[in-house]
Amino acid sequence: MKFLSEYRDQKAADQLAQAIRQRVTRPWTIMEICGGQTHTIVKSGLEDLLPREITLVHGPGCPVCVTPIELIDKAVTIAARPEVIFCSFGDMLRVPGSSKSLFDVKAEGADVRIVYSPLDALKLAKTNPDRQVVFFAVGFETTAPANAMAAWQADHDHIENFSLLISHVLVPPAMEALLSSEKCVVQGFLAAGHVCTIMGYEEYIPIAARYKVPIVVTGFEPLDLLEGILMTVTQLEEGRHEVENQYSRAVRREGNRPAQERIAEVFEITARQWRGLGEIPASGFQLRGRFKKHDANLRFPSSAEPARESPECIAGLILQGIKKPHDCPAFAVKCTPEHPLGAPMVSSEGACAAYYHYGRRQTHDVHIELPSPASR
Amino acid sequence: MCLAVPGRIVEITDGGDIAFRIGKVDFGGIRKEINLAYTPEAEVGKYVLVHVGFAISVIDEAEAQRVFQYLAELGALKEELGEIPQ
Repeated sequence: MKFLSEYRDQKAADQLAQAIRQRVTRPWTIMEICGGQTHTIVKSGLEDLLPREITLVHGPGCPVCVTPIELIDKAVTIAARPEVIFCSFGDMLRVPGSSKSLFDVKAEGADVRIVYSPLDALKLAKTNPDRQVVFFAVGFETTAPANAMAAWQADHDHIENFSLLISHVLVPPAMEALLSSEKCVVQGFLAAGHVCTIMGYEEYIPIAARYKVPIVVTGFEPLDLLEGILMTVTQLEEGRHEVENQYSRAVRREGNRPAQERIAEVFEITARQWRGLGEIPASGFQLRGRFKKHDANLRFPSSAEPARESPECIAGLILQGIKKPHDCPAFAVKCTPEHPLGAPMVSSEGACAAYYHYGRRQTHDVHIELPSPASR
Repeated sequence: MCLAVPGRIVEITDGGDIAFRIGKVDFGGIRKEINLAYTPEAEVGKYVLVHVGFAISVIDEAEAQRVFQYLAELGALKEELGEIPQ
């Protein structure tokens, strides 16, 4: 497919990898923010092309992974109600809650449906006026315009039986939370290309300056990632810390203005709980003003049991880039995609699922062979 | 979840308010109806990046060639200087 397959060309990838090898003189630790990027890196074996000086750590950019367990529990409770058609992206269904996942409650007879777009859920609400249709609106900035539009159209067309259970999170506050932690090992970032397609990249400029980290807006195909790494390494080697745009075929500096306007009309910024990371101030969206009537969290008040995380799961450390999936004793033993203990093993963007599916189970740990970034 | 796929617009239907602007988009043979509210500049024949049923960006075809131009320059440079030993 055009604009896809050409960015998977092996010869071009080798050329870029060679350019990276020529540029590197010291060890560097780079974080790719988005779980989609993690999957490309692991699936395409990009780490094997890179010089051993470069360590890639995988970031928190997996909406399924960071959706708090309390909200999974709430989704399960709502989905179990007889009048409800509960709609979700497929990724969310296997995520373990305190005692059940959405799949479990579906197996018990709940009407849980996988949809491709929030507009499909809205369509279901129109065709089932006697049912309550709830859409599990999780995601980063990339998905916010779609969910904002579903709320806006529901309001515009008076679809009263449609509501959204929202867990919308934002990348820049999470980056700041990671960077301000003493445990942070990250020296440069590959920013999430599609998040920046919506929001642009001006908001990353103060972050790059304050924490002295290069931030390169990067796409999702192998050549995108290799070029993003090359640009980041070049900045690190030259002692620069700027925001650059590798993914210029899709991302403009100012982002997508009509999408930003719709987001601002429908959502307001709020503090959000991140599974594994805790609460981060001003790090997410909730519905504002007249759209609040479509908020499932308000429509279905719950007296939920206290949430219970698996004590063995180290998802929080993995999402911060402090541990890798194969550092976890439960990885591929007690925790598999069929029986996950935590969300990163479930999602198509989770680091644990990527390592499991693409065979990175026994790789050497680069951290052991290199001096730790703190001691550099 | 932030996955987005490029496809070519083959048809556009205006639904009154821009919020309802729909296009038929071809993804290597598979055609889907996609909301074009966020890409008012989209035209038939252009490629858009599609995420959960919405076009979020029109692909800049000149920028899409940039990495290949860079690699071509890199190749030409190497030929001039001779292969650099690794």
